[in-house]
Amino acid sequence: MRKVAVLGVGMTKFSGKQTKTAVELLAEAAMDAINESNLKPKDIQALFVGNGLGDFSEGQMQPQAFVADYIGAFNIPANRYENACASSSAAFRDAFMWVASGFYDIVLVGGAETAAKMGTPLATRTFAMGSDSRYESPCGLTFPGVFGLLTHLYSKKYGIPLEKLKQQMAQVSINSHYYGARNAKAHFRKEITMDDAMNSAMVSQPLQLYDCCPFSDGGSAVILASEEKAKKLTNKPVYVVGVGQASAGNLMSQKDYLPRIRSRELASKQAYDMAKLGPKDIDVIELHDCFSIATIIALESVGIFEYGKSGEAVMKGETKIGGKIAVNPSGGLKAKGHPIGATGTAQVYEIVKQLRGECGERQVEGAKVGMTDTLGGDGGTICNAILQRGW
Amino acid sequence: MTTYNKPLPQPNADDEFFWRGCKKHKFLFQKCLDCGLIRWPPSFLCPQCWSGNTTIIEASGKGKVYTYAVYHLAYHEGFKSDLPYVTAIIELEEGPHFLSNITECNPGDVKCDMPVEIVWDDITAEFSLPKFKPVRVTT
Repeated sequence: MRKVAVLGVGMTKFSGKQTKTAVELLAEAAMDAINESNLKPKDIQALFVGNGLGDFSEGQMQPQAFVADYIGAFNIPANRYENACASSSAAFRDAFMWVASGFYDIVLVGGAETAAKMGTPLATRTFAMGSDSRYESPCGLTFPGVFGLLTHLYSKKYGIPLEKLKQQMAQVSINSHYYGARNAKAHFRKEITMDDAMNSAMVSQPLQLYDCCPFSDGGSAVILASEEKAKKLTNKPVYVVGVGQASAGNLMSQKDYLPRIRSRELASKQAYDMAKLGPKDIDVIELHDCFSIATIIALESVGIFEYGKSGEAVMKGETKIGGKIAVNPSGGLKAKGHPIGATGTAQVYEIVKQLRGECGERQVEGAKVGMTDTLGGDGGTICNAILQRGW
Repeated sequence: MTTYNKPLPQPNADDEFFWRGCKKHKFLFQKCLDCGLIRWPPSFLCPQCWSGNTTIIEASGKGKVYTYAVYHLAYHEGFKSDLPYVTAIIELEEGPHFLSNITECNPGDVKCDMPVEIVWDDITAEFSLPKFKPVRVTT
């Protein structure tokens, strides 16, 4: 297997409803990534695209083919990945494997979504298709409810009073908004207080509005290349040193593990083993904070904190820049936004920028190793990647 | 009678027996004849031992609340009149976890691990939904 590097990254501003289509958003991000890599679209050998809901939001299937044409990367093979909210992370892992195998030298991987465009009722309903809609729809269960279920379960399993857990969750969102306010590409660029979080509208008790990430529109893209090509094109290659992916059935099938996410434990172990690194080596992580409790759960399943302990760590500031590990310095899904197909490669975008030291006032000083963590559905897909500075 | 306007079950080849049972107020599950696993969701083989040797058992409809969440915002028009409504995972005494709603109580009174029992909601001519209510303790 060959070493694989990230050459360039691109990302649109994440936003609410806008006029650009997924094809236009991805093309914009793709050209930023291609230009940053000192390449032309004709140099791209294949395109891997995460897009979850284009069929519903725009009535458009196979946007990937149109993106390739739109940017003048004519006739290259272009595939779409649908893994719910982890779509472009699954695309990223496959793109990595195609380059690692030696089949391609330079590929483009990205994602785009126009989720805000749909409006909240349709967006919530279509997002819910990412869990087991057969049994969840008749009960009126959607993702805010799924994470509400996990919150009560977490409180019960680890003996943490709900009031205390709610404060820890609010602090997760406060941190995300703090960093989002400092990220020019974030959907929400304002800080929030504990009072804002605690007094926000009740959605699916115990989750309130500020426990939930938004529906966003946006695109993101990454150029992956073989080590040989990377050495010729950049003096700052970021290497993809580990990847992992795992799946799981519906919530009822995961009963022996919840609130732990088994697929995350397996995927992150694959990534650590491949990288020959462990949780202690990670300086910065972009993880899937679709709901505040999701951050607390994810930090434990990827091995950063012990089970039942990450909320305390959040309260002590251990997940902020300068703490034990910088968590979601981009603002995360909560503040940066969550255009689902674009989320995975947007996490890669942030990690690459952090490892290059290009994040300004939200820079994690001296970051050498970063990790991404993306959740699709309620554990249905988990993808992890570990990236390392190559200079 | 108003028209039922929430999402309906969509029976498939593997769970059609389940919804047919519900209509008769029978709470039916598959049990593996080789390893004994009572499984949910339904499937043509046992995910534990891969045997297709299956029988159907009727569950008691008793269990406890494994976990729950209370909706205060409706994502779907049909649920608006139910707000606040309770979604819950029920740990059935036979083993499987079952997603449902808790009814016939104040949503604020629902707690994890509280004992519940089945109550049938006859929603249309074709479907009855298994829901759960707290077991009233009489001393």
